[in-house]
Amino acid sequence: MARSNPAETALDAHSGDGYDASPPLVTGNLSFHDITDLVAYHAEKKTPVTWLMAFGLASTGAALLLIMLAYQVWNGVGVWGNNVPVGWGWPIVNFVFWVGIGHAGTLISAILYLFRQRWRTSINRAAEAMTLFAVMCALIFPTFHVGRVWAIYWTLPIPNQMEMWPQFKSPLLWDVFAVSSYFIVSLLFWYVGLIPDLATLRDRAALAGKTLRARVIGFFSLGWTGANRHWRNYEKAYLILAGLATPLVLSVHSVVSFDFAVSVIPGWHTTIFPPYFVAGAIFSGFAMVVTLLVVARKIYGLENLITLDHLEKMNIIILLTGTIVGFAYITEFFIAWYSGVEYEQYAFINRATGPYAWAYWTMMSCNLFFPQFFWVKKLRRSIPFMFLTSIVVNIGMWFERFVITITSLHRDFLPSSWDYYSPTWVDVLTLVGSFGLFFTLFLLFLRFVPMVAVAEVKGVLPEADPHYYDDHGDGHGAAESVAVRPSPSGS
Amino acid sequence: MPQIFPKKANLLPHLSLAGALLGGVLSIFLVWYYFSPEFLNVGYAPEQPVPYSHRLHVDQLGLDCRYCHNWVETSAHANVPSTQTCMNCHAQIRTESLKLLPVRESWATGQPIEWVKVHHLADYAHFSHAAHVNNGVGCETCHGRIDQMEVVYQVEPLSMGWCLECHRQPELYLRPNEEITTMGYVQPATFIERNLERIRREGIQPPTNCSACHY
Repeated sequence: MARSNPAETALDAHSGDGYDASPPLVTGNLSFHDITDLVAYHAEKKTPVTWLMAFGLASTGAALLLIMLAYQVWNGVGVWGNNVPVGWGWPIVNFVFWVGIGHAGTLISAILYLFRQRWRTSINRAAEAMTLFAVMCALIFPTFHVGRVWAIYWTLPIPNQMEMWPQFKSPLLWDVFAVSSYFIVSLLFWYVGLIPDLATLRDRAALAGKTLRARVIGFFSLGWTGANRHWRNYEKAYLILAGLATPLVLSVHSVVSFDFAVSVIPGWHTTIFPPYFVAGAIFSGFAMVVTLLVVARKIYGLENLITLDHLEKMNIIILLTGTIVGFAYITEFFIAWYSGVEYEQYAFINRATGPYAWAYWTMMSCNLFFPQFFWVKKLRRSIPFMFLTSIVVNIGMWFERFVITITSLHRDFLPSSWDYYSPTWVDVLTLVGSFGLFFTLFLLFLRFVPMVAVAEVKGVLPEADPHYYDDHGDGHGAAESVAVRPSPSGS
Repeated sequence: MPQIFPKKANLLPHLSLAGALLGGVLSIFLVWYYFSPEFLNVGYAPEQPVPYSHRLHVDQLGLDCRYCHNWVETSAHANVPSTQTCMNCHAQIRTESLKLLPVRESWATGQPIEWVKVHHLADYAHFSHAAHVNNGVGCETCHGRIDQMEVVYQVEPLSMGWCLECHRQPELYLRPNEEITTMGYVQPATFIERNLERIRREGIQPPTNCSACHY
């Protein structure tokens, strides 16, 4: 059975010679079995009424999204506010916003994994799920923005009798590949990590006599038995996928930034864009993880697994990336002045003082100012404050994309084209609907999938350390968990 | 704990993997073939309000295409003739024919006949008849043997790939300008050399960039 294999990986479980005495990542003195019970219970219990209510609300939003998209397909892109000179309106803003949110999950799973940040284990499952759902929401916008959505397959290099072939010189095409490969690798990564836990659910269902449930989950657990060979293959696969996903985390938002940076619009044509976009993406992604987990850990009683320490670490990352983003805003301004290019200078002065100054200062205060409160330890450990800040950060990051997209375009090269962009009601309801879809998917995840990586969390318990029993008793005290522990080293 | 799957379920992962691969290749092929104008559009032969026979008028009577489609050399559109063009002859020939009743009604009321368009290009693709007809692309090259058709139908796919075949190698298709409307034209043995010579002399450079047609 899966739960009998606490040691997670060679990387995590065998990081030093002695017993690891760093503060515990899991509180409440939970045993291996407690953790399994705690997490699996929520995927097995009867559907709670509150969940149904939340799901009803979220799926209404998703239905709204469907209606808005159908309306847009039927009537054309003209139902949105996009027009000359702002040809890229909210759809692109929303796309970049959602892709950005989709960054935290794979960063947590892949990069923190490679850097042996063991605290990732409590949050990586939910964060990766969030990533997948955010990327799905993101993909909707460019897909429908093409106007003729039924021809969207033209973006893929598929042989066809039109001899239509994608334009490989276009950053928009790079986007297609960057985002779709990110999605596929993230999905595989998430799924591979799920297999041991799905097997746990399967075995629990089989023991409880629920054959159908055991079979359905059993199909997805790919015959996992927790054998030593399975763990060795699993860990190799996980390491390889982490290696594959790591460059993708950085490349996706770099490529998204090329959509802007490769053009020659003042305010877009800057080399700072890729690192600045990646930092902003991690910033907003972590904020969304905090928003979701603060609520989920409370409702599902997971405070011992997702502890304040975990949340504090994420808040530190929010503080760090928020400051990087704020530094980038100021650098942009400096470079505009330093370049001596009057159009570049105008673009930035206009951002801060022009008709969209309200958006610019919203962005500045949400992204640069508010996260600075996290310097105070008390505030970054305060649940209400971090919840509020995480939402403020995501509002700010939405406005960042709004400022970049709209302010750079609304002052065209031809002053006669200058205009003030406003979204339509369809724009607004489509964005609202995309949140509906996001929360629908996330609620389904919370309901049916173990929301914490059970096997991995067990791997970071002190008892999983091979030398734990050197200092605790005679090494025979907990015979069950000692005897079946696999060889800690795959090498 | 009893086994929840029979032993043959071990095949399932392999079958799923093979199925996904085959399914992917198959769906690409299906789209390639069935989503193509060659499958969807070739052979389109709508019923016309007047049973006008090109075979009779072109093949047996020897009318030139340009007698009716008279703007083809100067306009982007090869116009469908007005009722007046029909009545040039039919004011005196077959004046009692039932088949021609809609033509005489149109003539009397001034209401044009609503011919059904056969050769549709997508509205984002611009095509000029004049540019082609004046540079050696025969009617027949795109429309087929109109002189053999009782009811006009689409012979060629008119897809972008099909356009590009000629735009990339026009020497395989061009004919002398005096043979433009000839039906059943047979190229001489040395036609490629002749066409290459003409392309060089007249500087014919069919564009293959996007904005040549999509603007």
